[in-house]
Amino acid sequence: MSNYTETDLEKDLQDQEYKYGFVTNIESDKIPVGLNEDIIRLISSKKEEPNWMLDYRLKAFAVWQTMTEPEWGHVHYEKPKFDEIAYYSAPKQSKKYESWEDVDPEMKATMKKLGISMEEQMRLTGVAVDFVMDSVSVATSFKSKLSELGIIFCSFSEAVKEHPELVQKYMGTVIPTSDNFYAALNSAVFTDGSFCYIPKGVRCPMELSTYFRINEGGTGQFERTLVIADEGAYVSYLEGCTAPQRDENQLHAAVVELIALENAEIKYSTVQNWYPGDKNGLGGIYNFVTKRGICERKSKISWTQVETGSAVTWKYPSCILKGDYSIGEFYSVAVTNNYQQADTGTKMIHLGKNTKSTIISKGISAGKSQNSYRGLVQIHKNAKNARNFSQCDSLLMGDTCGAHTFPYIECKNPSAKIEHEATTSKIGEDQLFYCKQRGLSEEKAISLIVNGYCKEVLNQLPMEFAVEAQKLLAISLEGSVG
Amino acid sequence: MENISKIQAFASKFKETNLAFTPTSIADAKNTLLHLDFPTTKTEFWKYTRLAKLAQLRLNQEKIRENEQVVAPLTDNGIVRITNGYITSFSKEIAGLTITPFSKCSEQQLSLIGKKADLKQNIFLALNTLYSQEGLFIEVEENAQIEGVFQLLFHAHGENCFAPFRVFIHVKKGSAFKLIQQFTASGEHLFSLPIVEYLVEENARISCDKLQMENASSFLLCEDYSIQKRNSTVLLNTFSISGAWVRNNSSFLIEGENCETNLNGAYLLKDLQHLDNHTIVDHIAPHCNSNELYKGILSGKSTGVFNGKVFVRPNAQKISAFQSNANVLLSDDASVNSKPELEIYANDVKCSHGSTTGQLDENAVFYLRARGLSEKSARSLITQAFIAEVVDKVEQKEVRDFIKNKLVELHDWTN
Repeated sequence: MSNYTETDLEKDLQDQEYKYGFVTNIESDKIPVGLNEDIIRLISSKKEEPNWMLDYRLKAFAVWQTMTEPEWGHVHYEKPKFDEIAYYSAPKQSKKYESWEDVDPEMKATMKKLGISMEEQMRLTGVAVDFVMDSVSVATSFKSKLSELGIIFCSFSEAVKEHPELVQKYMGTVIPTSDNFYAALNSAVFTDGSFCYIPKGVRCPMELSTYFRINEGGTGQFERTLVIADEGAYVSYLEGCTAPQRDENQLHAAVVELIALENAEIKYSTVQNWYPGDKNGLGGIYNFVTKRGICERKSKISWTQVETGSAVTWKYPSCILKGDYSIGEFYSVAVTNNYQQADTGTKMIHLGKNTKSTIISKGISAGKSQNSYRGLVQIHKNAKNARNFSQCDSLLMGDTCGAHTFPYIECKNPSAKIEHEATTSKIGEDQLFYCKQRGLSEEKAISLIVNGYCKEVLNQLPMEFAVEAQKLLAISLEGSVG
Repeated sequence: MENISKIQAFASKFKETNLAFTPTSIADAKNTLLHLDFPTTKTEFWKYTRLAKLAQLRLNQEKIRENEQVVAPLTDNGIVRITNGYITSFSKEIAGLTITPFSKCSEQQLSLIGKKADLKQNIFLALNTLYSQEGLFIEVEENAQIEGVFQLLFHAHGENCFAPFRVFIHVKKGSAFKLIQQFTASGEHLFSLPIVEYLVEENARISCDKLQMENASSFLLCEDYSIQKRNSTVLLNTFSISGAWVRNNSSFLIEGENCETNLNGAYLLKDLQHLDNHTIVDHIAPHCNSNELYKGILSGKSTGVFNGKVFVRPNAQKISAFQSNANVLLSDDASVNSKPELEIYANDVKCSHGSTTGQLDENAVFYLRARGLSEKSARSLITQAFIAEVVDKVEQKEVRDFIKNKLVELHDWTN
C-alpha cells in the first residue's frame, strides 16, 4: 500500500458502498399517501392528540400552503412530490412494552447492527436511549433514574399527553410555524420525536441520546425535538442517524428547538449518516432540517455536528443570543462524496449585550460532490460588546468536486468585534512530503492530515459519540482514515 | 392609462441613443426594461442596497456643452471631461493612444463592446446601453508604454439629471496604461451611470484609480467589466470619498493563464452615506493570482456593504485567490454588511478570505495619548494608518497625495 496516492483514495471513495444499508421487515401501520386537512386530522387522531395540538397542525398547514419551496440554496435536486408521500408510519404493535424482553426481536437485531445493543448500552455506558424506529418511540431506558431528578425525557407524543403545559408553553417559540417552508410542513405533519426537560439547577447525569432511523420506503420522517434546560440546568443531548439503502428519494424535514433559560447550558451533538445515494447519485435522503436554539441570560448552547450522509443536506443549526452574556457555539464537520450536496452552516444572532459566538466549520468534498458553508453573523443595535469568531475551512479531494463559502456578516453596533476567515485548498503537498519523509505511507499521511483537520470539531463530541464519529469519517473516506 | 412599471416611469423622459454597439444590443436593452423592474432587497444582488429613493426620481438628460467643471485635473496629461454624459473637452494627442468617440468608431471596434456583460439581467446596463448619448473608445497601441496618467473626469451638473456614459478601453498586446477616473457632482438629484469596459490583451497592463467624490444628493452607479488575456495585469483602486449613494459593480473575467488581478478599495463614510462594493472575480484559466483588499471606516449614520465573489471554474488549477475586508465602526448608528464568498470547483487552489469588523484599538489610542498626542490627533493618526494600507497601493505619488489631502480636509484630521 506504499504507493497509495490521492488518486487511489478518490477511486476508493467512489467505489465505496453504504455499509448500513439493510431493511427491517416489520409490519408497518401506514396511512394513505397525500397531504390534506383530512390526513392531518387522521395523523392527529391516530396519535390520540388533544385539540390544541390539532389546531396547531392545521394552522401550520394553512401557512404552509401559502409558502413556496426555497430555492436559494446551492443545491440542485428533484423537488419532492408532497402529495405522493405517506406522512405517518409506525411499527404496528400498539401495546406498550412492559420490559426490554417484550421488544420485537427483529428490532433488537436492527439495533444490534447499528451497534447500539440496548443491553450493552444500559449496562456499560450509562446512556439512556430513546430509540425511534420510523416514527414512534419504542423503548426508553433509564427513565426511572432520570425521573428521580425530575428530568423528563420521553417521546414527543408522550409529552403532548403527559406534559401539555410545557409543550404548549415552549413549542414553536424558537421556530414559529411560519419560519420556513419545511418547518411549516413539519409543524403540520410531524409524527414523533423527543422531548426533554431538565428542571432548575439539575445537571443531567448522563448523555441523552436518540437514534433516528428511517425504515419504511416512501415515508418521510418528520421529527420534532424540543429540549428545555431550565434555570441553571445542564444537558448534553446526542442525536445520531443511519438509514437503509434505498433507491427512492426520501424526505426528512425535522425541527429541533432548544431553549436554554438563565444560566443553563445545552450541548447538542449530531452524527448524521443517512443513505447518501449510490455512486451514480441515484437515491439518497433529502435532509432539510431546521434547528435553532434560544439563549437567555448567561446561558450557552453548543451545536456539534458530523455530517457524512444524505444526498442533499440543507441545515443551519442556529443560536439566538437573546440574553446578556449568553454564548453560542457551532462546530461542524461536513463530508460529501460522489454526488452528495450539502449546504450547511449556522446563524448567530446577537441581541443581548456581551454575547459571544464561535463558528468552526470544516468541509471535506470528494468525488463529484458540492459542499457549501452558508452562515450568518448578525449583530443587532443593542448587542454591545458582541464578539464573534468564525473559521470555515474546506478541503478538496479530486478535481471534480466543489467547495463554496457564503458568509453573511451584518453589524449594527460599533462595539462589536467580528472576525471571519475561510480557506479552501487541497491536502498540501508539503504536508504530505513532511509526513512521508518521516516514514509514513501516503495513506497514513492522508489519514493523519484529515484527522488533524477535523480534530477541532471531533474534540467537542462527547466520548461515546466521538468514537462513532471517527468510525463514520473512516467509512465515508475509507482508505484514508484509520 | 395602462399600468407601467417603475423602471418605465423612471426612464420616461430619457432620450434613446443613436449609438448601437451591436445589432441586437438596443433590442435586448428595450426588452430588459420591458420585462424587469427595479430590483428589491429580496434580490440577492441588491440585498443591502435600496433603490426606492432612486426609483422615485424623475430625471432628464440635459446636454451641457460648456465647461461647467470646477474640478482641477491632477496632472496636465491627457484629459477628457464628460459632463452629464456628454464629452465637453477632449484630450490633446498622446503618442500611442487613440481616443475616438463612439460616433466615429469603426464597426470592428463597436463589435467589441458589451460582449461579456449580461444585458438581459441587468436593468442598469440596459439603461446605459439604451440612453448613453456618447461614448469613448480608447485604444492603446501594441507595445506602447503610455507615460503619465490619463484622466477621465466625469461630472454631473444641474437638477434632476441622468448622466449615462460608456467607455471601452482596449489595451493591446504588450502595452501599459494608467488611468484615473474622477467622479464629481454639483447640483441636486443627479444620477451618474458610467460603465467602463476593459479588454486587456496578452502581456498588457492597466492600472486604474477611481476617485468617487460626488455630493450629498447624488447617486453614482459604476460598473466595470474587465476581460484579461494571457500574462496580463489589472489593478483597480476604488476610493469612495464622498457621495450620498454609491454602488460599484466590478466584474473581472480572467480568460488567459498567468494573469494578475488586484482590486483595492477604501471607503470613509459619514452622515447618511451609503456605499456598496460588489466584486466578481471569475477564474476560468489556470495559474492566476487575484487579490482583493477593501477597508472602510464608517461614522454617522452611514452604511457600508462589501460583497466579493471569487469563482474558480473546473480545471482552473493553481489559482491563488485572496479576499480581505476590514471595517471600523466609529458611531452607534453606522452599520456594515460584509459578504465575502468563494465558489471553488477546482482542487489544486489556494483560496481564502478574511473579514473583520471592529473599532479603533483603545490600547493604541492610549499609547499615543501617553506620548503626548491629543485624543483627536491620536484617533486621526490611527484612522489614517488604517486607510493608508489601501492608499499606498496607488502607484502615482500625486494621486496618493491628492487622496490623503482630500481625506484630511473632509474628515477634519490633524495632519
